[in-house]
Amino acid sequence: MNIGDVVASKTVTIERINLVMYAGASGDFNPIHWNEAVAKQVGLPDVIAHGMYTQAQLGRLLTDWLGDPARLLSFSVRFSAPVVVPLEGGAKVELQATIGAIDGDVATVVLTATSGGVPVVKDAVATVRTA
Amino acid sequence: MALNPDFIGKRYPDTDPYLIGREKVREFATAIGDFSPVFHDVVAAAALGYSDLPAPPTFAFSLTMKAMAAAMFDPELGLNYALVVHGEQGFEYERPLVAGDEVVVKSYIADVDTRGRNEFLTTAADVVTLGGDLVVKTRSIIVSRGTAA
Repeated sequence: MNIGDVVASKTVTIERINLVMYAGASGDFNPIHWNEAVAKQVGLPDVIAHGMYTQAQLGRLLTDWLGDPARLLSFSVRFSAPVVVPLEGGAKVELQATIGAIDGDVATVVLTATSGGVPVVKDAVATVRTA
Repeated sequence: MALNPDFIGKRYPDTDPYLIGREKVREFATAIGDFSPVFHDVVAAAALGYSDLPAPPTFAFSLTMKAMAAAMFDPELGLNYALVVHGEQGFEYERPLVAGDEVVVKSYIADVDTRGRNEFLTTAADVVTLGGDLVVKTRSIIVSRGTAA
């Protein structure tokens, strides 16, 4: 493993049904994640994904790569733009994990998530145990 | 209405104990589209040394969000829930949460800050077993859009 290696990448499609399922499973029922009228009323272009849904997709990218979730030591994300999820077709989010630094058995992984060409996270990093 | 900066450092009572259930872990993993055996199959989890299913890494937020709600719905703080979006979220893990863990969340308001027309509420929340062992430390920033004075 070397600095600059892309260790995982994938594209996920987020549809309204995913946000409804996530709301139920997580207990986050903020209507901006399922009610278009409320979302627009508060100045959003449409329903937006839970930030935590996007972070969960990055988490999945990491744990699929790591195999054992115990190898994830820290994981933080800044949500820089909303993922807008239209009723028809949903939203595509491109995810990538790149090795940013290596210190013994611990690597820092730089994460990106992009929707419609716009980065939806910033300063997204994880530290992982590599052995 | 602007957020009240006097709330920095304010602690909220520990949440009620939460027993992480195996089916809740499966439900959460399914909701995020994660069908990896480690989050669904106790035999696969046992092969990695877990006593039951470990939860995906962001599951902890479902617990800390409840603690955060105490702050978010505190009328004295002055947050309008409809104008709130999630700004940042961080986790520092001692280990994954595992089905069978019974935990409480200890939280406090770490910061209240204004940048431009937006206000930022930072909460810190630790997920701790009933035996007192820290499992995961979390830090959340929520943004109240356009509410700064």
